Parts: sequence; structure tokens; C-alpha cells
Amino acid sequence: METILEVKNISKSFDDIMVFENLSLTVKKGEVVVIVGPSGCGKSTFLRCINALERIQEGEIVLDGESIDPAAKNLSRIREKIGMVFQSYDLFPHLTILQNLTLAPVKIRRTNRRDAEKEALEFLDRVGLSNKKDSYPRQLSGGQKQRVAIVRALMMHPEILLLDEITAALDPEMVREVLDVVLDLAREGRTMIVVTHEMQFARAVADRMIFMDGGRIVEEGNAVEFFDAPKTDRLRKFLHSFDYERRE
Amino acid sequence: MGFEVLLKGNNVARLLGGLLAALRISLVSVVISIILGVLLGVLVTLRRPVITAIYRIYLETVRIMPQLVLLFIVFFGSTKALGLNLSAESASIIVFSFWGTAEMADLVRGSLAAIPVIQYESAASLGFDQVQTYRYIIVPQIVRRMIPLSINLITRMIKTTSLVMMIGIVEVLKVGQQIIEANRKSSPNAAFGVFATVFILYFLACFPISRFAGYLEKKWEN
Repeated sequence: METILEVKNISKSFDDIMVFENLSLTVKKGEVVVIVGPSGCGKSTFLRCINALERIQEGEIVLDGESIDPAAKNLSRIREKIGMVFQSYDLFPHLTILQNLTLAPVKIRRTNRRDAEKEALEFLDRVGLSNKKDSYPRQLSGGQKQRVAIVRALMMHPEILLLDEITAALDPEMVREVLDVVLDLAREGRTMIVVTHEMQFARAVADRMIFMDGGRIVEEGNAVEFFDAPKTDRLRKFLHSFDYERRE
Repeated sequence: MGFEVLLKGNNVARLLGGLLAALRISLVSVVISIILGVLLGVLVTLRRPVITAIYRIYLETVRIMPQLVLLFIVFFGSTKALGLNLSAESASIIVFSFWGTAEMADLVRGSLAAIPVIQYESAASLGFDQVQTYRYIIVPQIVRRMIPLSINLITRMIKTTSLVMMIGIVEVLKVGQQIIEANRKSSPNAAFGVFATVFILYFLACFPISRFAGYLEKKWEN
């Protein structure tokens, strides 16, 4: 399979505090990479670097043969190829759901408005929200907003999708409806890097699991081995923190 | 009741003329305030310490100082101290713009600060460049927040124009006083009728504007 994203030895620090050093990752087309790790391990910052929302100090990030550099003139054009969904609901509050979805394709890709609306409605139908097309974001629940945010990213036909803890701010019963959409996208062969704390979901969706701690990749492997036979103590301990046992 | 004096001569027309003078001063000041206020508000958002310091002093001065004192300083003070010969109307417009610019700048600053960083980031990650982000995402949100608030500023200015008679401008309240004075013998009760009419005129000028602000606020509450 062809490589779509190559992260080569990148380092990132805020002022004097090193977030990660010498981090590398290769993602193939159609692959779903799930990154887990304790809070503050640098996994979200890593995702933000891929999208050039954070500046890296060393190394290189190459998407589809093009280097991603925050200073590049064509940065916006490269970013179109990277869809990103954040933890907090980031829909544009002054626009209806349909307008949220069509704004970028119409203004940036110069897609015909009618075509963009047609595509948006098809997507909304798939995520079960076609009846919300004329609503405003504030009228939607958190789970509904996140599904719209995913669709908004898809509307730009990205090569890769970055999902940054997209269910972390949701009520438990809304997590499911959002993750089902992501599972659906994985099945249809979308390339994704997913940062999450939902271990059951990670296991179901991941082609490859990565465990990050203290700014390093501590362990990586396929989902079954990763969860059932972790090689490092650190990962074993981390996974154990999600288990509860009843003491009689 | 004292309403009969309104029918004498051209008293109604005179009152309306006074109202017009008040509206003219407030509208010119509002336009100047919006232009300068937006500029200053954006400047303050750049977070340069010197600009911020000057802005804070300016804003506090305007808020603490009664408008009447400002009017006296500009109208009487400038003549003596600077040798300027300002007309009363120019002096009023300067004072009202000085006040309005500070208020507008604070509205702009507040609206810009209220937009979460994630709005900029999600726009960027969709492929919007900086200019497009402001044009399609940030500015529309700011305008929606600001227009109702700046309309309220207009009504406050219209009300406050009643002060300009203190520096000799014949606005609606002054006309009212003149009518009462002139008819003191024939209609001793004129004060009630005339001032009630002045009240109604202010109400007619401000109420629709304030309703319009309320309507926009509702429409754009998203």
C-alpha cells in the first residue's frame, strides 16, 4: 500500500518544555492509526503538528509528497487535504448546519453551491441528521454537533482525517452515536489518525495501535496484540488503569 | 393641561426642528464613533502594551467624566486655552465622538475576545486562509454581536444630546423651555404639556431604534 503521510523525526517544545523529540510515524493509505496514552503525553500536540496548527522545531512532515510547513505559502491548500475534528464543538455558530457544511467547499474549492448542498445532504442522511439541515449549532446536542463536524471535514474530500479526542466532552450515551460514524468511515477505507481514551472503540477501529508516554512512542502494534499481550510494563499498567474488578 | 400652546404659531415645527438638531449631532457622532472605534478596538486586540495602556486611560477617563464636563472643557476651554473658535455643534460632535469611540472600541475588543481560538483553528484546518477566515467566519460573528449593542449606544447618545443646550444649542428641550417662557402669562400650565410632548418626541425617536436592536439580537442569537 502506498504511504500517504510520513512524519520524520519531529521535535516540538513549548518554550523550554519538550513535548516530544524525534517522533516518527508512517501512515499508509486506508490505514486507521489509533494513538492512546496518558493525558499530557503529547498525543494531541502531535496531531496538531501534522495540521501545522503547531510549529515543529525539527524534522519534517510530508503528506502525499508535499512538505507541511506553517510558513509555507500554500499551507491552506495542503490543509484542505487534512480533515480535522476537535474535542470541543467547533461549528460556526452563525451558520445553519447546511451552511456550515457547504461554506468551505463553495468558498475554497469553488464547488457549485447546488452540488455542495446535494453532497452535504447525502452525508447528513448517512449520519442520521438530515432533519437538522436548517437548524443552528446551538439547537443540536453535543453528539449531533460532533457528527456534523465530522461531515464538515469530509466535505473537503481530505486524504486523511485527524480526530482529536472527539468524544472526550460528550455524555456517555452520545459517545456511541459519534463513534459509530467513525467505525463506518474506517470500514469504507478512510485514512485516519485517531486520538482517544475509548479503549473498546480503539480496539474495534484500529489497524495499528500506538501508545505514547512522555513524548515517546513506547509501544506499537496491531490491536489484538496491543490489548491482549502488551510487551512493555508501561503499557500493561496503562491498560490496567481502565479495568475495574469487584472485590467481594 | 398646557398642550394648547403647541398649536400657537409654529411651535410644533420648532420642536421638531430641535429634535432634528439633536438627531443630527448624535448620528454624525455615531458614524465617526463606529469608524474610529472599530479601528481602535482592532488595534487594542494586537496586545501592544503601549496601545493597551493609552486605551485603558482613555476608556476610564470617558467613563468617569460626566459628558457635561467634557462639553464645557471642549466648548469653553478650547476657546480660551487654544484660541479655537469652535461652533457649539462641532464641540458637541467632538465630545460625543470622543465618548462613542471609547464605547465602540470596547465593544469591538470584547466581541473579538469572545470568539474562541478553536473557531480560527477549525477554519484553518478546513483550508481557509487568514483573510477568508475573517471574512466568512470571524467578522460575521462580530457584526452580529456588535450591531445591537451599537444601536443601544445610538439611543443613549440621542438621550444625552439634551445636555448640549447647556452650550447654547437650540435642541428640542431648549425649544420647549423657550415656548414655556414665551407663554408664561397666557398659559401658566404650559410646562406640563410641552415637556410631555418633548418626552413623547424622545420616545418616538428612540423606541423604534431600540426595538430594532432587540429584533436583531433575537434574530442573531445563534
